[in-house]
Amino acid sequence: MLSGVTIIGAAFLYLCILFAIAYYGDKRADQGRSLIANPYIYALSIAVYCTSWTFYGSAGRAVSTGVGFLPIYIGPTLTFILGWYLIRKIVRISKVNRITSIADFIASRYGKSAYLGGLVTVIAVVGVLPYISLQLKAITISFGVLVQYPAVTMPIQSSAVPLMHDTAFFVALIMAAFAILFGTRHIDASEHHEGMVAAIAFESVIKLIAFLVGGIAVTYWIYDGFGDIFARAAASPELARLFTIDTSRGAMTSWIALTVLAMGAVLVLPRQFQVLVVENVDERHVRKAIWLFPLYLLLINIFVLPIAFAGILHFPKGAVDPDTFVLTVAMAEKYQAIALIVFLGGLSAATGMIIVETIALSTMVCNDLVMPLLLRFAGARLAKRRDLTGLLLAIRRGAIVVVILLGYAYVRLIGESYALVTIGLVSFVAAMQFVPAIVGGVLWKGATRLGAIAGLTAGFAVWLYTLLFPSLARSGWMSESFIIDGLFGWAFLKPYALFGLTGLDAISHATFWTLVVNMGLYVGVSLVTGQSIIERSQANQFVDIFNTAQRGERIWRGRATIADLRGLLLRFIGEERAEAAFKRFERIHDRRLPDTQPADAEIVAYCERQLAGAIGASSARIMVASVLREEMHDIDGVMQILDEASQLVVYSRRLETKSRELEAATDELRAANERLKELDKLKDDFVSTVSHELRTPLTSIRSFSEIVQDNPDLDVEQRNEFLRIVVSESERLTRLINDILDLAKMEAGQGDWVMVELAPGVIIEQAIAATSSLFARDNVALEVDIATDLPRVFADADRMTQVVVNLLANAVKFRNAVNGRVALKAYTEKGWLRVDISDNGPGIPEQDHERIFERFQQAGDTLTSKPTGTGLGLPISRQIVRHFGGEVWVSSRPGEDTGFSFNIPPAAASPARLQPSIAGERAIAAPP
Amino acid sequence: MRSVLIVDDEPNIVLSLQFLMKKAGFDVRTARDGEEALAEIARDAPDLVLLDVMMPKRDGFDVCQTVRANPAWQGIRIVLLTAKGRDVEREKGLALGADDYVTKPFSTRDVLARLEKLVPSRDGS
Repeated sequence: MLSGVTIIGAAFLYLCILFAIAYYGDKRADQGRSLIANPYIYALSIAVYCTSWTFYGSAGRAVSTGVGFLPIYIGPTLTFILGWYLIRKIVRISKVNRITSIADFIASRYGKSAYLGGLVTVIAVVGVLPYISLQLKAITISFGVLVQYPAVTMPIQSSAVPLMHDTAFFVALIMAAFAILFGTRHIDASEHHEGMVAAIAFESVIKLIAFLVGGIAVTYWIYDGFGDIFARAAASPELARLFTIDTSRGAMTSWIALTVLAMGAVLVLPRQFQVLVVENVDERHVRKAIWLFPLYLLLINIFVLPIAFAGILHFPKGAVDPDTFVLTVAMAEKYQAIALIVFLGGLSAATGMIIVETIALSTMVCNDLVMPLLLRFAGARLAKRRDLTGLLLAIRRGAIVVVILLGYAYVRLIGESYALVTIGLVSFVAAMQFVPAIVGGVLWKGATRLGAIAGLTAGFAVWLYTLLFPSLARSGWMSESFIIDGLFGWAFLKPYALFGLTGLDAISHATFWTLVVNMGLYVGVSLVTGQSIIERSQANQFVDIFNTAQRGERIWRGRATIADLRGLLLRFIGEERAEAAFKRFERIHDRRLPDTQPADAEIVAYCERQLAGAIGASSARIMVASVLREEMHDIDGVMQILDEASQLVVYSRRLETKSRELEAATDELRAANERLKELDKLKDDFVSTVSHELRTPLTSIRSFSEIVQDNPDLDVEQRNEFLRIVVSESERLTRLINDILDLAKMEAGQGDWVMVELAPGVIIEQAIAATSSLFARDNVALEVDIATDLPRVFADADRMTQVVVNLLANAVKFRNAVNGRVALKAYTEKGWLRVDISDNGPGIPEQDHERIFERFQQAGDTLTSKPTGTGLGLPISRQIVRHFGGEVWVSSRPGEDTGFSFNIPPAAASPARLQPSIAGERAIAAPP
Repeated sequence: MRSVLIVDDEPNIVLSLQFLMKKAGFDVRTARDGEEALAEIARDAPDLVLLDVMMPKRDGFDVCQTVRANPAWQGIRIVLLTAKGRDVEREKGLALGADDYVTKPFSTRDVLARLEKLVPSRDGS
């Protein structure tokens, strides 16, 4: 017979074994021979994810929704497979910073913000209460059911019995005692609880075995295996519906919402963060857990459907709560031992959750809520106490008792009106609020403290409004009117249909709104707010944890001695552990730490880390700062130092930039100087060339004038010849001066241009007329071919005539000595005016094609010994044509002909017209 | 009779010098560029060469150097004519072995006086 005494005895025996394991685990840890330093224990401890909710509730949910229990296990699997990088990153960050809890993590990331730590703690406690109450409820019900053996009846609701007769109350007290024994035996400088982890791993094994045993009994003993039980279920019309997946919009949304919730929960539920991150002893274990943990989830879900089917087949009328099927089916079949094993399995699932969750929460409450408040309001009195370890332990123990009793209160007040799964999901949604701040925090440097506070606060507020308050109202503790009509009677504030969003179940609805509001504000506020220095440095450290080597050097101007630090550490973690910590430091860094020596940055950082393991990062920071003679208000001083340092960095960056700019400027200057020197040389050459060109005609003029003056006896003919030369050389001199001035003006962009739209044909005719005497004198034939449809151009008529005359005169000069021939061809080419003027002269060697457009440069072999031109014709022509937006070029085949061509864009496309103010001497348009 | 070779690519300058030298009693020959000049000198070395510096093909400096490189032509007097009035040019010309250096435009009387000194009349007139 399973009497109450037997059951309670078995339960206590089980708990004693658990405690023994924990004790052994701690002992081994103290000896430095860790029991848990392997990936299998790690993966099993993560399976604390599977609580009594899984153990009992999966079957219950399967009864109502078929495979609808699966998202809760698919989510974590996805997180582990897709998010392993993220998990590793979080683990690494937490190790480096000696993070003690999820509140610590978030506070640390956003500038060691005590406020944020407190906020996260409050959300975690309030959010997780329903979850803890769920465990209490599960133990109570399962005990209540089992104690009736062999009868299968549902126990009466706990709220209906007085407190002292309520099993759940005693379960709560026992759990609290147990959690205190496990988690707060001593304050450890390290944040690890190795004994607890060992016990949790053991519990995971027990609950898996128990569930599998129960499942195998149902599937293979009562029925003939999976095939049999599924066939029978299919035959029952009530069960057949469970095989089909509900594909309605609401159901699909629900699937997605649950999967998302579970993806986040496995990471950010306080107990998950505790085992996954805080208790991790070796980063490499994450690698194996990635597949071990999903495997565990798979195993524990194999028999969910068979048990659910068997339950309905056994108890068709709904007389038995489906959440108890795993137990009641075995009881109905009189499998006494199996039923007891299943009960112990459920107990292990529940205790594991409660222990880890309350330890995690109590750490948070102590480090992130109570300590900062104490430090703020009673810092002075605290400073007088020599040993604070007792205080810390008391706070934690108190926190555990309070949390569990609150959980009990929740069962008593609300729990009866909800199924296990629903209660759990309410907690999931609350925990989900941490996801943006955590994931964003490790991936996005721009996320700010204010953004995190805004997102968390708003998400939590929406959670309260859409899930917690309605559940209170449903249980009769609040008026239900705001559920039906919306707050203040405003329909858009209905908590289950916020802003008119309907068609979703309460959980999906709340998930959607909390996340939208949370992420929206988190990102939005982060974008518009800035970060303080410490926030920025923490953000960089978190996001770049894999990229940057640990910064060894810290800037610290403390005036404390080693003794001060020793005293500080001793007060918080006890004499023995403080000494051990200092010894460890001496060993690792191979240096002595005499008490009188001033504390340097290294030992200060080390002590802060040790302290952080005990009281959290933000409190540790405050304590260390205070002991460094900086007192509380001197944190501003520390900030100033940090500020100065970062200013220095900024300055040195600026200097770097400046010196790079200077270098670039120097290079530019050097180049400009070179260019100037070159220009100077060109100018010298030009002056020298001009001087030469001017002196030449002047020489003839002076010589002949003197000859005429000194020789009055010259005969008339000779005298006239000499005077004629004087006149012609004077003309040449004048022309030269004009050309030089002309070119200089054009090059300076100051020429007088009369730009009009004109018909090029007329201009060309005029130029031909002007040069006709040249052709006649030298007896050179001119072939003219002017097309009738030439485009009108925007040009200066005189200048354009000058160009054609220059080129024609050139052609005459350089033509073939015998049978001199010159051809002019004007036509339209791609809309542009094109003029080719060619002669049958000796041609111009390729290498001279550019040179001839330079001033005073004439191609070597000319027909006459010295051409009569000024040597400026071609440069001037080029300036003119370029001003019109065109180009002049030479295309000569030596020995065959010399061809000069120029083109001018049509008036409509003329750049000269577009920018008439700029004399286009540099506006070079490429030939089409 | 004294002989002179006038070398310049400017026909009018050649013409004026030709007139002046003939009147001074020189046997005058002319050349339009450096190559022609050297051909003339090779044909029959003159007493004096009036040599323009800036000329196509071989310039005056080049011709001067070539002449000075030939021992047979050491007796030839060379006077450089240049339109570039810079001292550097003058130094260069004298360094290359020119006997005198005249900058254009020049005073005809002054040039004649200098040439007379350089190549005195053999008959003493």
